[in-house]
Amino acid sequence: MRFMQTVAASALIAAMATGAYAQELRIGLQDDADVLDPDQSRTFVGRIVYTALCDKLVDISPDLEIVPQLATEWSWSDDETELTMTLREGVVFHDGTPFNADAVVANIERSQNLPESRRKSEVASITGIEAIDESTVKITLAEPDATLLAQLSDRAGMMISPTAAEEMGADFGSAPVCSGPFSFVERVQQDRIELARFADYWNADEIHFDTVVYLPIPDTTVRLANLRAGDLHLIERLAATDVASAKADAGLNVVDVVGLGYQGITMNVNNGPEADNPFGQDKRLRQALSLSVDRDALNQVVFEGAFAAGNQPVPPTSPWYDDRFPVPERDVEAARALLAEAGHADGIALSVQVANNPVQTQVMEVVQAMAAEAGINISIRATEFATLLQQQTAGEYQGSQVGWSGRTDVDGNIHQFVTCEGGINDSKFCDPQVDEHLNAARVSNDVAIRKESYDAAREILNDELPIIYLYHPSWIWAMNANIEGFTAYPDGMIRLQGVRSTQ
Amino acid sequence: MSVAVQERRITEHPSIEVLPPRRSRVWSKLRRRPAALFGAVLVGVFVLLAVLAPILPIPDPAATSWTSIRLPPSSEHWLGTDQNGRDLLSRMIWGAQASLLAGVVSVMIAVLIGVPLGVFAGWFGGWTDATISRMTEALLAVPFLILAIAFAAFLGPSLTNAMIAIGLSATPIFIRLARGQTLAVKTEDYVESAHAAGVGQVAILWRYILPNIAPPIIVQATLTIATAIIAEASLSFLGLGQQPPAPSWGAMLNTAKNFMEQAPWMAMWPGLGIFLVVLGFNLFGDGLRDALDPREA
Amino acid sequence: MLPFIGRRLLIAIPTILMISVFVFLLQKLLPGDPVLALAGEDRNPETLATLRELYRLDDPLIVQYFHWMLNVLQGDLGMSLRTNQPVTSLIMEKLPVTFQLAVMALIFAVGIGVPMGILSAVKKGSWLDYIANFVALSGLSIPNFWLGILLILLVSVNLGWLPASGYRAFSVDPVRSIETMLMPAFVLGTALAATLMRHTRSAMLTVLKSDYVRTARAKGLRERAVILKHALRNALVPVVTVSALLFGELLAGAVLTEQIFTIPGFGKLVVDAVFNRDYAVVQGIVLVTSVGFIFMNLLADTAYKILNPRMRDS
Repeated sequence: MRFMQTVAASALIAAMATGAYAQELRIGLQDDADVLDPDQSRTFVGRIVYTALCDKLVDISPDLEIVPQLATEWSWSDDETELTMTLREGVVFHDGTPFNADAVVANIERSQNLPESRRKSEVASITGIEAIDESTVKITLAEPDATLLAQLSDRAGMMISPTAAEEMGADFGSAPVCSGPFSFVERVQQDRIELARFADYWNADEIHFDTVVYLPIPDTTVRLANLRAGDLHLIERLAATDVASAKADAGLNVVDVVGLGYQGITMNVNNGPEADNPFGQDKRLRQALSLSVDRDALNQVVFEGAFAAGNQPVPPTSPWYDDRFPVPERDVEAARALLAEAGHADGIALSVQVANNPVQTQVMEVVQAMAAEAGINISIRATEFATLLQQQTAGEYQGSQVGWSGRTDVDGNIHQFVTCEGGINDSKFCDPQVDEHLNAARVSNDVAIRKESYDAAREILNDELPIIYLYHPSWIWAMNANIEGFTAYPDGMIRLQGVRSTQ
Repeated sequence: MSVAVQERRITEHPSIEVLPPRRSRVWSKLRRRPAALFGAVLVGVFVLLAVLAPILPIPDPAATSWTSIRLPPSSEHWLGTDQNGRDLLSRMIWGAQASLLAGVVSVMIAVLIGVPLGVFAGWFGGWTDATISRMTEALLAVPFLILAIAFAAFLGPSLTNAMIAIGLSATPIFIRLARGQTLAVKTEDYVESAHAAGVGQVAILWRYILPNIAPPIIVQATLTIATAIIAEASLSFLGLGQQPPAPSWGAMLNTAKNFMEQAPWMAMWPGLGIFLVVLGFNLFGDGLRDALDPREA
Repeated sequence: MLPFIGRRLLIAIPTILMISVFVFLLQKLLPGDPVLALAGEDRNPETLATLRELYRLDDPLIVQYFHWMLNVLQGDLGMSLRTNQPVTSLIMEKLPVTFQLAVMALIFAVGIGVPMGILSAVKKGSWLDYIANFVALSGLSIPNFWLGILLILLVSVNLGWLPASGYRAFSVDPVRSIETMLMPAFVLGTALAATLMRHTRSAMLTVLKSDYVRTARAKGLRERAVILKHALRNALVPVVTVSALLFGELLAGAVLTEQIFTIPGFGKLVVDAVFNRDYAVVQGIVLVTSVGFIFMNLLADTAYKILNPRMRDS
């Protein structure tokens, strides 16, 4: 796709030549994105890049409502197994291919059928899709799926050019072609990803930059230093411990919002022989562990209070939070009592594996110190992330400190972790009642019914504690004071519509 | 880092003679070199601190305190505290244990594996030599730290595994050295006459070869301890060494870099510690090498 | 000369083969399923199975090895599991970066090390000699990641003289390119300066005692001329050969320095690949740098052989 890059570059030069100030926005990312193909991509930062590169069928508002993007209207059939979507007119892909119902069909089918696709489970509920006319598409499901629209607001709903997809196949990522506000210019692994303004974007008026460059800088201190030095305009995931200093800096603005994800300790309840330990067998010990942790203090010590303490898969501010079970206060006495009840009045050992980066390690060190006072002696196994995942899947752990970056729909934060056949259920917790509730919540679009189901599941899960939730990371951005119009979204994405630089 | 290069030049310099140096001569030469003595003192201080750690009146290095987070140096905490409120002086001293242990043990591993292999290669020659030499070259061609990282990742993060990883990565250096020295000594008169006198191979190796190739190996070992300490710190820096909450200078640096602005002292001490210990070993090893060199007065 | 080179090349082959086997095995024995590591948060078993098949991760090790070697001999080093980018193109991308870092580091090393070495040799035994040696050893003893962090804090954050990262290719923005490389090159250079200084010193000492120099002195040449024109020229021979070897080491990527200064070179690539279990990348890069190192070795030895007889002759 050299052609597209030349076009993009020429457009850029043309813009500069006409005297328009070539506004470049440089964004510092925590990691380098992986392959730039929405169907194959797995990284969080990849999604940040897509936000500028690829438009989706629907998007979310800061309040997590589903709002139009490439689809302007949609409606469900009465039995909620058919979703009819009206598409926006006058939209073209970066290579000129028109966006229409056929393109949507091609996209969904690619997500389902491309061998390397990672989106298969996200669109698994779609049994059929057809183009009714140029701008109408009908999606058929086997049974109702409350999470579908949320899925379509993320990578599964990102529309790529069918022409490019056909031409490049699985190699699409080397020169992606979408229909977002910016088009792809070039990408050097671990160095930069450069995008240029797409003149024919349907919402071009809202875009105020000519180029966007994403620079992966893993070290938080260096990222901030670059921002301060003016080499970057905006950075994501400012370290919580740098917030005070950044806020005190007159040249910087700090914006934050509680994220969709969580961090906790997954307990091995039934995954292989290692589950045969007191903590895996006796829920009282797990409850004791949860009670021994002062979540607010944890938040304070490690994150200077910037994050949110938590005890459920969604933060206390979420509408899905079950208010009957607020974040517990630390209660060492109660914890000790539970230990005694379970026959371990003299204390008990527990091994917890954690990713070997300084922040997560510190979290576990704090938990370790707190739990020790209740008689739980935690030995920490700091492990490389790759090995951590493997050991977790294989059941070679007792406790594992991991998190989840969070999904727009609450189902994405629970279902696959605690249902008997859940794809990421590494604790192998299994309770048919929980399954029943969570499955019921999936197939109804009625918020009240869903909340009831989740609450019912919460009653059991809060007692059994296969996962002990600790906190919810907030997304914290720091930017040059000249940047205005930035809105914080709980999914952590950087949406550039309406963002401008006053310089 | 450039130990491999240094080693290479030792063995291939045409004019190094291999005379059994007399202890008294070495010692007097060493005494006249203030740099070497300074190095020895530096090392000695840290070794002493590390050994005495359990009985020194310092707080528990793992004792957290939520009210004393990231305090600057004060009369209560001479070196300040870290992000969990732990006393830095205490962590530095206990960390010295980890660093010194890592340095010494890894080199011991490298010497115990490398020297015999090198001696056999040099002594027996032929296919033994060819095989060992090719393997050694292969290992030497892979960058040292990358080799150590790969080994450590393979074995799993822990101080012991880091020591093994570094030891294995440093082994080829000693194989080369021992081989080269053996080749040089093999043709010496006293060896040939022992051979002629019917002394068994093992005895020759043990009584004639080994003692005479010992000096350059000791020098190299001293210098490699320095490299090994930095390697352990590097591995811990990457998260592959000493596990929390046990202190390790490299891991302390890794955490400290997130607090450069709020608590710069957190990064000062471990870096300084590594620097001083490594400098000590380098100075001493250097002086030792000069003292053992028969050409120098 | 030719038979010498030829023989060395021949011997290099089994060595390279051994490296390839060794690297291959080490990677495969690393714990942690690469597919899991790369799947991230999506662990649909069907997808994982497809990926395993695509990358032949279920084949017996020997098969995987031969398949890999066959491709290597045809110039195909495989694909990065993480980004689907061919390893060969990744290497072509990173090579200029690490090359630039290596050159700049070597400039620092030579610029600091050689003069210090000469001074040391000429003033042998004086306090200047001791100080120089001490400084050199200090440079060798500083952990380069510590020095890097300190430099960033001092030079970038506090003084604002140089950027902390944000490398740009030399062909795109030469000024910026050099700016971002100055600190990491300095950090690497100081460690190498020590080695260079000591080799220069030792070579100079040898040459200064030689007949050749004595003759020059006897002819009545000024000491300065003796040193600079005659002794130095010959003393630089071993220095050149050592530099070639050091360069080879540098090319392998200064792993930690690149990490701290976010220089997108070999070292950073390899470390990240080890942690991501991106097999093809690790294997490809280690193979390439090892082969490069072997050839650098050969070059250095050949250069030494060529220059050496000339040295004795003149």
